[in-house]
Amino acid sequence: MTLVAAALVLWALLWLLNVRLANGSASGTRAVQLGVPLIFGLTLLVMWELIVRGLNVPGVILPAPTEIVARISRETPTLWADFRQTFLKGALSGYAIGCTAAFLTAILIDRSDFLRRGLLPVGSFVAALPIVGTAPILVMWYGFDWQSKAAVVVLMVFFPMLVNIVAGLSETTQMQRDQMKTWAASYWQGFWKLRLPAAMPFIFNGLKISSTLALIGAIVAEFFGSPIVGMGFRISTSVGQLALDMVWAEIVVAALAGSAFYGIVALIERWVTFWHPSQRR
Amino acid sequence: MRQVFPVVVVVAVIVALWYLACVPMNIHTALTDAERAGVAVTPEGAAVRRDMSAIGLALANPGQWGDTLAQDKPRLPAPHQVVAELWDTTVEKKVTSKRSLIYHGWVTLSATLLGFAIGTVAGIVLAVGIVHSRAMDMSVMPWAIASQTIPILAIAPMIIVVLNSVGVQGLVPKAIISAYLSFFPVVVGMVKGLRSPDAMQFDLLRTYSASRGETFWKLRLPASVPYLFASLKVGIAASLVGAIVGELPTGAVRGLGARLLTGSYYGQTIQIWSALFATAILAAILVALIAGMERATLRRMGLGR
Repeated sequence: MTLVAAALVLWALLWLLNVRLANGSASGTRAVQLGVPLIFGLTLLVMWELIVRGLNVPGVILPAPTEIVARISRETPTLWADFRQTFLKGALSGYAIGCTAAFLTAILIDRSDFLRRGLLPVGSFVAALPIVGTAPILVMWYGFDWQSKAAVVVLMVFFPMLVNIVAGLSETTQMQRDQMKTWAASYWQGFWKLRLPAAMPFIFNGLKISSTLALIGAIVAEFFGSPIVGMGFRISTSVGQLALDMVWAEIVVAALAGSAFYGIVALIERWVTFWHPSQRR
Repeated sequence: MRQVFPVVVVVAVIVALWYLACVPMNIHTALTDAERAGVAVTPEGAAVRRDMSAIGLALANPGQWGDTLAQDKPRLPAPHQVVAELWDTTVEKKVTSKRSLIYHGWVTLSATLLGFAIGTVAGIVLAVGIVHSRAMDMSVMPWAIASQTIPILAIAPMIIVVLNSVGVQGLVPKAIISAYLSFFPVVVGMVKGLRSPDAMQFDLLRTYSASRGETFWKLRLPASVPYLFASLKVGIAASLVGAIVGELPTGAVRGLGARLLTGSYYGQTIQIWSALFATAILAAILVALIAGMERATLRRMGLGR
C-alpha cells in the first residue's frame, strides 16, 4: 500500500513541478518544452511500476515496466528477427511498392480529365474503407511469408497516397501554369519544375499517414497466418501463452519502429520542403 | 450526369477486370473438376498442369471459362457470387440466424458505436483540458501526437485477453479498442478547432469583458465544430477497424471480423468477400451519416456552402 501512496504523492509532486515549469518564466525555452512531456512520461512509467508492485498485479494482467525492459534485453535476437520479418521485409517493401504505384497512377489521372473525375471519387471512397479486412484473402493468395504482408501494405497505402498526390498536383494556380505555358514548357517540364515541387507538402502528408498504416497492415496481416517469426505472429502467440511481458516488448519495438519511420519521413520532408510556410521557424 | 458518368465507367471497368481475373485465378481447380467429370481438357493430368501458367491454361481451355465463375471455394469469387451471397445472408436469412450478416454486422456495429461514443467524449474532454491548462498542453499534447505514429492496433489482442481474464467479455473490450482508436484523432482535431479563432476575435470578447466560460461557449466551441466533424469522420472509420480487429484474436464467433477469420480458416472465400463488402458498406454508411450531420449542422450554423 505504501508503494501506491508513494506513487500518488510522486504524481502530485511532479505534476506541480510541471505546472510550475509550464507557467513559469522559462516556459518558452526549448529545454522546458522538451522537459515537460518527458517528466510527464516518466511520471506515468514510475507510477505504473509502483502501482503494479504495490498492488501485486499479476504479470498476466499487467507486467511492470522493469519486467518488460528485462524481457527486451533477454529476447533481443528474437525481437530483431521479428522486426526484420515484419518491418524490413513486409512493411517497407509494401510501402515502397504502394507509394510508387500510387505516384504512377496519380500521373495517369493527372493527364486525363476523364480518369480524374472517374477514379478519384472511387479512390477516396476506398481510402475510407477498412482495407485491413483484405488480409485473409491476400494471405490465401500470396502464402504465409512476407509477400502477403507486403501486398496488404500496398493496398493500405495506395489509396491515401493517390488522393494526396492528386490533390497536391492540382495545387498550383492557373496563373502559375499559364506562366509555364508562356515559356513554352512541355508537360514534363511543367511537371518537374512547377507542379511536383508544389505538390511536395501533400505528398509528404500522404507519406507520413502511410508510414503508420504500413506498420499496422503488416502486423495485422500476420494475425491471419504467418511463418513462425514476425511481430504480429509473436504478439498473437504470446497473448495465447499469457506471456504479456513479451507482448509489451513487441509493442515497444513496434512503437519505436513506427515513430522512427515517421520521424525519418518528417526529416526528409523538412529537407525537401524547406520553402513551405509550415517549415519556417 | 457529367459527374456520374466517369465514375460509372470506372466501376464498370473494375467489375469487368474482376471477371477477367477470375478465369486464370480459378482455372486450375476448374480444370481438375472438369477432368474428374470426364470432360477432355488440355493438357491432361493435374500434376502436369500444376506448374503451368494460369493464363496459358485459360487460353488452352476456353470451354471451362464458365466453370471458373461458379465454384464453391474459388480463389477469387466472381462479383455475382459475392452479390448473391450478400443477398442470401442479409435478406433471405432471419436476422437472428447465425448465418445472417445483419446479425454479425450488428454485433460489430454496436461495439463500434459504443467505442466511438466513449472515444469522442473522452477526446473532447481532454481537448478542453489541454486548451485551458498550459501544463496539460505541454505534458500531454506531444504524447497524443506521437501516439498517432504507433501501430495501436497491435495492442488489440492483449486488451481482449487481459479484460477476458479479469472477467470482462463481449462488447466492452472491443469497444475499448474502438474508443482508443477514435480518441486521438478527436483530441488533435478538437485542440486545433478550439484554438482556431484568431487573436482579433479573442480580443473582441475581451473588450466585452467575457469570462473564460463565456469565451468557451460562445467563441471556441462554435469555431471548433468544423474541425470536430472532420476528425469524427476519421474516428468512426478507425473505430470500425478497431472493432473488427478486436474480434480476430480471441477466435470470436460473432461479428464481421469473426466472419473474416472463420472464412479464412475454412477456405470459404465467398464468405470472406461478402464479409469484406459488408464492412465496406457499413463504413461507407457510417461516414456518410457523419457527413450528412456535418452538412446539416454547418448549414444551421451558417457555415455551410
